[in-house]
Amino acid sequence: MGGAATRDPVIVRWLLTLLALGFLGLFLVLPLAAVVVEAFAKGLDAYLRALGNDVALASIRLTLIVAAIAVPLNIAFGLAASWAIAKFDFRGKSLLVSLIELPFSVSPVISGLIYVLLFGLQGLLGPWLADHDIRIIFAVPGIVLATIFVTFPFVARELIPLMEEQGRDEEEAALTLGAGGLRTFWLVTLPNVRWGLLYGVLLCNARAMGEFGAVSVVSGHIRGLTNTMPLHVEILYNEYDFVGAFAVASLLALLAVVTLAAKTALEWWHRDELVATGH
Amino acid sequence: MAKVWSEDIGRLVLAGVCVALLVLGLAAIIPGARAAETRTLLNVSYDPTRELYQAVNEAFIKQWKAKTGEDLKINQSHGGSGKQGRSVIDGLEADVVTLALAYDIDAIVQKAKLLDPAWQKRFSYNSAPYTSTIVFLVRKGNPKQIKDWDDLVKPGVSVITPNPKTSGGARWNYLAAWGYELNRSNGDQAKAEDFVGRIYKNVPVLDSGARGSTVTFAQRGLGDVLLAWENEAYLALQEFGGGFEIVTPSLSILAEPPVAVVDKVVDKRGTRAVAEAYLQFLYTPEAQEIIARNFYRPRDPDVIRKTQGNFAPVKLFTIDDVFGGWQKAQTTHFADGGVFDRIVARK
Repeated sequence: MGGAATRDPVIVRWLLTLLALGFLGLFLVLPLAAVVVEAFAKGLDAYLRALGNDVALASIRLTLIVAAIAVPLNIAFGLAASWAIAKFDFRGKSLLVSLIELPFSVSPVISGLIYVLLFGLQGLLGPWLADHDIRIIFAVPGIVLATIFVTFPFVARELIPLMEEQGRDEEEAALTLGAGGLRTFWLVTLPNVRWGLLYGVLLCNARAMGEFGAVSVVSGHIRGLTNTMPLHVEILYNEYDFVGAFAVASLLALLAVVTLAAKTALEWWHRDELVATGH
Repeated sequence: MAKVWSEDIGRLVLAGVCVALLVLGLAAIIPGARAAETRTLLNVSYDPTRELYQAVNEAFIKQWKAKTGEDLKINQSHGGSGKQGRSVIDGLEADVVTLALAYDIDAIVQKAKLLDPAWQKRFSYNSAPYTSTIVFLVRKGNPKQIKDWDDLVKPGVSVITPNPKTSGGARWNYLAAWGYELNRSNGDQAKAEDFVGRIYKNVPVLDSGARGSTVTFAQRGLGDVLLAWENEAYLALQEFGGGFEIVTPSLSILAEPPVAVVDKVVDKRGTRAVAEAYLQFLYTPEAQEIIARNFYRPRDPDVIRKTQGNFAPVKLFTIDDVFGGWQKAQTTHFADGGVFDRIVARK
């Protein structure tokens, strides 16, 4: 492989590298830089003011709460589903796989609308909920539900192929040696997939914090109450507050960068194990 | 081997729990997280009123505190008028709605029965405490020499206006243009339809809301003229500085954005008294001056006299005079298969 690459003329290698770097710069680095530049367009003071006011803080808080609820639930669900799918045989398995992947193929706006149709005042359960004074949509529970739906497949999709590839030999050995189902899961299955799990969790978290469409439909856009960070960015932009909009956007981008850095750091600390387990 | 793995997993689980707790803790620490016991009102409004109601709320909260000693918090939600009405129908618990046109409140009456059908009689001036009209925003120096509605149909003039299907402001724009041509042709509906169709031929992009169109025109630099709420045009002038000027056409429409208390919600939440006081406050001289400062046309005769210089004189017609009210205008022009659909299909 390496030998074949070095046999290409120098100019071709340079051109390809430049092309790749240019593409990266144009579509990734430049927009990110533009966000930061706009955010600091009126200086550090304006930037801090944009992030420090009550409404912005409320949106940050809501985003964190939503992610802190949605991600753990999706970890539990993703592990259970991928374990069942990869390690056991049962009827309707392929149907279950398709269902798990459904949120990927459905537009986020539709994902939000199904909750409006279900829990909205004119919806199926709406009148009952209203009678009992339970608020789902246009409140935090609806935002959490929509986020869970949209981020549903991330963990399971990471784990299913990994578990299938690893087969059932180790689990069968553990069972033969007398370990129970739960013990086998904790000591054999889970350790084998932990890197895939970590990756799935990071992706799930990034999407949970960044989701716009589905959340926008069920939010009701009440300032300081039901606006997540992405929604707050849109509102500020529409209020001609470009510094504020880009300041919050830069914070969102920063969350993504921190997530990526954490992943890289973890991989670096455990690089020996990673090589050993063949990841 | 197994023991090492299990310790690792133990640590991983522990780390996960720690992170989740940390995030929740962080969320709780951020100021404002304390469960507020103060009474709240939710005002569900349309796109361009954010700045207006921020100022009005501040004044009303102060007055309410002085009068009753009670702390009050007023929450705001803004978006396209039709979309906001839809959210209230679907259960967004608005104590008051302040939308762009009566039809959107009528829709809440019809589809969700949340208010009394006679809501428009509850407050003075058809429950519209302020008015506005439709004007043109053009680029500095008016390079295309746009003076009146008939300049919009000229070839080569690019017009920015939002989609009448979703935007209240866009419907006012459309009806203003229609009324102008109807007046010029002495009531010839076919001529009016042709005229409005030729304007929409010059529209390169239909945004979903008034604010979106303003950003398209002012920030992204598209188009030669923006059809806008008068208040929105003045606000853009203030926010974006010298690059633009306002052109007032010879004839335009009197837009009356109405307000209403949502009966079912206030009765359930026990907020009727404060909600009614809030909307009544809009008619006081203090609020009327805030209204004028935010470039909406006031109703109060004294305030009108005082702020006369801020608004260009323009001949205005009402939707009742020319179109027989919103219900009729909506079904004729904007319902599925209506005149607007016909115009767009021809385009």
